[in-house]
Amino acid sequence: MCGIIGLLIKKPELRNSLGELMVPMLIGMSERGPDSAGLAVFTETVAESHRKYSLYSSGKDFHWSELLDAFQAQFNTTVDLQTHGNQAVLITDLAPERMKQWLKEQDLQLHVLSTGRAIDLYKDAGSPPDIANRYNFKTLKGTHVVAHTRMATESAVTPAHAHPFTAGEDFCLVHNGSLSNPYSIRRKLEPRGIHFETDNDTEAACRFLEWRMQSGDTLEAALQQGFEELDGFYTLLIGTQDKLALVRDAFACKPAVVAETEDYVAIASEFRSLAHLPDVNTAHIYEPAPEEMYVWTV
Amino acid sequence: MDRLTFDLTQTPLREVNHFLHHNVSQNGGQAIDLLNPDGAHNIAVGLDAPIEVNILGHAGYYAAGMNKLANVTIHGNVGPGVAENMMSGRVHVKGFASVSAGASAHGGLLIIEGDTSLRCGISLKGADIVVGGNVGSFSAFMAQAGRMVICGNAGDALGDSLYEAVLYVRGSIKSLGADAQIEPMSEADYEVVKELLDKAGFSHAPHEFKRIASAKQLYHWNADANQEY
Repeated sequence: MCGIIGLLIKKPELRNSLGELMVPMLIGMSERGPDSAGLAVFTETVAESHRKYSLYSSGKDFHWSELLDAFQAQFNTTVDLQTHGNQAVLITDLAPERMKQWLKEQDLQLHVLSTGRAIDLYKDAGSPPDIANRYNFKTLKGTHVVAHTRMATESAVTPAHAHPFTAGEDFCLVHNGSLSNPYSIRRKLEPRGIHFETDNDTEAACRFLEWRMQSGDTLEAALQQGFEELDGFYTLLIGTQDKLALVRDAFACKPAVVAETEDYVAIASEFRSLAHLPDVNTAHIYEPAPEEMYVWTV
Repeated sequence: MDRLTFDLTQTPLREVNHFLHHNVSQNGGQAIDLLNPDGAHNIAVGLDAPIEVNILGHAGYYAAGMNKLANVTIHGNVGPGVAENMMSGRVHVKGFASVSAGASAHGGLLIIEGDTSLRCGISLKGADIVVGGNVGSFSAFMAQAGRMVICGNAGDALGDSLYEAVLYVRGSIKSLGADAQIEPMSEADYEVVKELLDKAGFSHAPHEFKRIASAKQLYHWNADANQEY
């Protein structure tokens, strides 16, 4: 199964309530995805010179302060670190290549979950309500969020296999369904220097679409390419710095429902994750058509 | 006559369905309203008494599935599999219906005022389906018996591998499936369309509809077909 969730806030006053509105959506999809959950939230954009890194430590008692000390001993530049247990968001003006190289050299079993100027990413194995509590999702603020509850079908249950997947900067994707050609997509991308971190099928879709955008496609053109190249069953929800996009495969085997008001656009695999939203009874509620693009801009 | 009301935020759905299955004969034929369905799965499934049930909101998967005799109205949208395997009675959706509406339904009438998603009436076995809006691709796939009246348009592969079911479409058909063909409307067809439109409460003119039925070429193995089906 798996549950997908998307929420884009149109009314600026509601952006501080993003987490409160989203958590019941996530918990509503617990039965569709009881083994892992995660989300990418797009917050205020940092300066062009800066980057945010969402980090995950596979060790339980990671000493983030030591990482901060080591960073400051090495580089004479700004750094800000917000920690949430074994995950943290680090903001710095160090160039992305140098930052990633340095993190690698530290050999701390730290994983970079996302990079960008607006994206923060949290994902972990466990039940969705536990994960929502663990990372205090209720307090999240921002313009839009892409979230997922996972029922593993094609690869292992680990934090790395949880969704969202990311590629490049400020780009993430969640998926309900299964792709039949992830390995042929990998074989196409790997010779171009694109590195995969897991054997998960969703990662192939994520890296494929981001590669198209790196190659100059708009999000819409990349999604059109996706219809040609991605084989299998999918409902995909994609987040970029200023957009939220929803697509389903030609057979629309995997569900999605959209509720749109003047204040927000909310997407979930099933209506029960939307039922609590304010004014949902007067919202425009519809099911996205197969192989059509639905793109909303912040 | 008073109405009996259950609020699904107060009473567990399992208890409500139990009441509808076992205790409904004691309530003197009162209509039953279900409040705050909020997309729950399996609301009013397996009913087998001539009762009236109103679901006031959106329902999830398999709403009113396996219905027998009951008259269920859903005042909202429904998820996959509404009225799946219905035997008799009437299921009326005021909004849109997701995939596989009326799948394998043997009898009774399913009315959907809005659009339906893909595979509406798949493997239909004798029920009547009237759709006010459009139907998605692969609708009436392998439909064996029964009638469908589609007031809007049909998607790809309408009526693929039909058996004896007959479809009437008012709007455009994106494509017909294997072995489905458009046939002339007879007087009997106009009467069927009128009867079903009247039952469903739609006022379109029967002469606006075209008939789609099986060309019956798939009934017999044709060794010369060379994979051309």
